[in-house]
Amino acid sequence: MPDGSGTQFVRIAGLKRYFDVSAPWLVRMIERRPRQIVQAVDGIDIEIAKGETFSLVGESGCGKSTVARLVVGLYPPTAGTIEFDGNDMAGRHSRADMAALRRRMQMIFQDPYASLNPRWRVFDIIAEPIRAFGLSKDKADLQKRVEDLLRQVRLTPADGRKFPHEFSGGQRQRVSIARALASQPEFLVCDEPTSALDVSVQAQILNLMVDLQRRFGLTYLFISHNLAVVYHISTRVGVMYLGRLVEVAPTETLFTRPKHPYTRMLLDTIPDLDMTGRQRSPVAGEVPSPINPPSGCTFHPRCPFANDRCKAERPKALSIEGGTVACHAIEEGRLPVEERTYVANS
Amino acid sequence: MATPPNNPPLLEVKNLRVEFPTRRGTLLAVDDVSFDIAPGEVLGVVGESGAGKSLTGNAIIGLLEPPGRIAGGEIRLEGRRIDNLPYEEMRKVRGARIGAIFQDPLTSLNPLYSVGHQLVETIQTHLPLSAAEARTRALDLLKEVGIPGAETRIDHYPHQFSGGMRQRVVIALALCAGPRLIVADEPTTALDVSIQAQIIALLKRLCREHGTAVMLVTHDMGVIAETADRVAVMYAGRIAEIGPVRDVVKHAKHPYTKGLMGSIPSLGVRTERLTQIDGAMPRLTEIPQGCAFNPRCTARGSRCLVERPDLMAAGTTRAACWLHDRGGIGAPVVKETADA
Repeated sequence: MPDGSGTQFVRIAGLKRYFDVSAPWLVRMIERRPRQIVQAVDGIDIEIAKGETFSLVGESGCGKSTVARLVVGLYPPTAGTIEFDGNDMAGRHSRADMAALRRRMQMIFQDPYASLNPRWRVFDIIAEPIRAFGLSKDKADLQKRVEDLLRQVRLTPADGRKFPHEFSGGQRQRVSIARALASQPEFLVCDEPTSALDVSVQAQILNLMVDLQRRFGLTYLFISHNLAVVYHISTRVGVMYLGRLVEVAPTETLFTRPKHPYTRMLLDTIPDLDMTGRQRSPVAGEVPSPINPPSGCTFHPRCPFANDRCKAERPKALSIEGGTVACHAIEEGRLPVEERTYVANS
Repeated sequence: MATPPNNPPLLEVKNLRVEFPTRRGTLLAVDDVSFDIAPGEVLGVVGESGAGKSLTGNAIIGLLEPPGRIAGGEIRLEGRRIDNLPYEEMRKVRGARIGAIFQDPLTSLNPLYSVGHQLVETIQTHLPLSAAEARTRALDLLKEVGIPGAETRIDHYPHQFSGGMRQRVVIALALCAGPRLIVADEPTTALDVSIQAQIIALLKRLCREHGTAVMLVTHDMGVIAETADRVAVMYAGRIAEIGPVRDVVKHAKHPYTKGLMGSIPSLGVRTERLTQIDGAMPRLTEIPQGCAFNPRCTARGSRCLVERPDLMAAGTTRAACWLHDRGGIGAPVVKETADA
């Protein structure tokens, strides 16, 4: 891990979040059931540089959305620290300082049907952060800001008078983006922003996000389960499995020289659009329950390279080729790095 | 597509129209859709939400939700017309001759009965087997779809299975009576990517072994590219392009298909921007005159604004686009006879 060189914009260290999903106390006493704890996020370290897009990928239940919510402060962490531009988010700040920090980070959610208040007009939805942070001088200024935001996301100022139900899914996601941009943030956490959209609309939103990033110098934490989307949009990628980061690498390296067996497995699942005849090897097994995760390396029950050490000892993150990998097989040199090439789809 | 007489199509859909009467007028959700499926063939049907792909599938299995109704055209299975069968007759066809797989495996299974019970019930409805024989067949089916420990799992309830395993049970249920055709509506959409690959591999293997034809309805072009023999691309209730999957994916002829293919992020090339089709699919109430795609089309000509193209030969595929007509997109409007 590089030390405090000052270039890291967001720094997450040893982040953990456990959820108590036990039955009610009385039921536990009567049926003699133990407490049940979901280890949704179990000790992850991420550093995000200013202006980059860091993506988290993984299957459902791996904890990637929990990380997103922890970062913006929707959940308090069980352990670990989140530093934003040198400020510890859990540290003691005055209300005003905290609000100033909050203003600089915003979130875009997956489902644009659930994340917009159906009883508010789009104008008010977008104006809310501006009002909340007191960013506008007067009514005319507010009006102008909202109209600018609507134009930036390729909607028209007249759309401000409409209600969310009058828009399609893609347009609603544009409204969510406009709302997120309203407080002039520097850091956007995007939790599956295109998963609920059709592919052609997804392309529109991804292009818009890239344009906005260039224009405002935004930093993104991008959460997705779609590897092709992640490949397209990210600077660096972190692969999560059962609450842990198994591999972090620059995008090109991750896709062409994947190291962790789970990363390789995920890459195998990308449907082959080019029909090169590449045989996909469907991986046996499913993600185990995070309530009782396997011992040692949590991937060992599905891993073809697992040995006794993998069952007993949790692997540490190992720096390799500009990224990190948590795998005993890689550390011991049992598993050679695999080269992958992709044929460009014309 | 002309079918050789010695190999009649398993399913023929001709000029199918599905409409929804509403207070503000009748909406045409599926408009003049025709295609065939040969025995053992996998036909993929792709399109964005609202393109009418699921309605086409539901019309074939006779499960259109009222007030939706078939307003015209015919559906023939093995030469027999099935779109106008009475409910009870259709019930016998559905399950026995056509199997169905839906998107959400939890809602297609009854939570109150064990999977064994549901399998046995379906088998006995369609096949003259005793309870013991039906159970043996159910067990074989569960083994075939790759459920580990099928002997104990057969008495478990749907909630005791994971999403991927549940979808396997649903596939077993669809295969119960040995149907000739399976209509699979988004069978992998609710599943994780690694499970998706397993289910696709399973579906492919089973159809090859049983010689079952599949109509695979999905919005995921990747799934189609891996599974289907031919693909029909739907847009605003009509087929925009239909042809062998490789040709449609690699050398799309319709501007919509081209845009759709370009908008899918692909590995290998990291372009700054994805190809994007501006705008959105029109609502059913606002389908434009002429070609439904014309407001979003980059190759639009005067003819596209007034005259609606039918499917016409375009190289190895058939596309509903005036670009592939002799007259071209700018040709004066004359009512052409439909392409053979």
